[in-house]
Amino acid sequence: MSKPKFVYVVYIQATPEKVWQALIDPEMTKDYWGRHRNTSDWKPGSAWRHENYDEPDDVAIVGTVVESNRPHRLVLTWKRPEGNDVSRVTFDVEAYKDSVRLTVTHEELTAEMLQAISAGWPAVLSSLKTMLETGASMPMTRQPWHVRAAVRN
Amino acid sequence: MPQEAAGDCGGMRMIDTSKFKPNTVYVTYIAATPEKVWQALTDPAFTRQYFAGFEIDVEPRQGGGFRLRYPDGRVHMSGRVVEWSPPRRFSCTWLVEGMPDFRELPECLVTYDIEPAGGAVKLTMTEAHSWNVPDDILAGGRAGWPAILSSLKSVLETGRPLDIKMEPPKDMMAAVKRAVVDKPWEKQAW
Repeated sequence: MSKPKFVYVVYIQATPEKVWQALIDPEMTKDYWGRHRNTSDWKPGSAWRHENYDEPDDVAIVGTVVESNRPHRLVLTWKRPEGNDVSRVTFDVEAYKDSVRLTVTHEELTAEMLQAISAGWPAVLSSLKTMLETGASMPMTRQPWHVRAAVRN
Repeated sequence: MPQEAAGDCGGMRMIDTSKFKPNTVYVTYIAATPEKVWQALTDPAFTRQYFAGFEIDVEPRQGGGFRLRYPDGRVHMSGRVVEWSPPRRFSCTWLVEGMPDFRELPECLVTYDIEPAGGAVKLTMTEAHSWNVPDDILAGGRAGWPAILSSLKSVLETGRPLDIKMEPPKDMMAAVKRAVVDKPWEKQAW
């Protein structure tokens, strides 16, 4: 049996370039992606990291840039720094009428990672859309996930 | 999924929701109140903005009639209200009445769940079916819901819907025609 896959599509009133920029600009990701940032030179073969905006040594996800075709397609491998399970994320950014269709395809998942990202992507990508359309992200995505979980409990 | 039957559906047969299995789920978070999201889902002044021009016409009670109408009044989608619990859950059966072949398919069950989440609202749409639906038919909802619900979110947050009118996926029509001939739902037991 093949490993689980998660697909999420969201339409955003923005340009493909704006959406691409939002995926890699730390000043933007910190507001919609749980106060984290993505660091890399975004060249194929380069490393990338998803790390705490305030404490860069606190790294949540590491991987390699597989494909980088600005502003339309970004493919990354995705793994926890301490783990061995490698999954793959593809961001497809397409112009659609006066908007952008952003498709996030997360493949080769373990059951545990599927559960984690199934909760994460809809919140992160909803807030990304809100930020690009209104100028302000959703407050629930401006703080790290573990803080949010603690607040909720 | 709710397990209870819908009760007397005004002459229509009873709906046993336990026979419906979720096939497509879409989650979006919206900067609005649950009441506003409920209104956007149930008020024709909102649906015509984000739902490909369709106006909802719903009797606000369990067992009540449900329609999505074209701007000229013709019926596109029809069904019955299975659950009416403002502002938390709205569930209806759906039959594509306004399109040849599609109207021969068994009705599906569409449920909207609205939950407060971190100062915003988590909206979950679940499309469930009573038979083993081919992927080529599910592709219609899987293409449509993200566009419709992205537009709903934009309407509530910015007042501006998306231009998202789309055609059914290319293999969908053929798959529907095949299903109408084969009637797999008459041979399947969940």
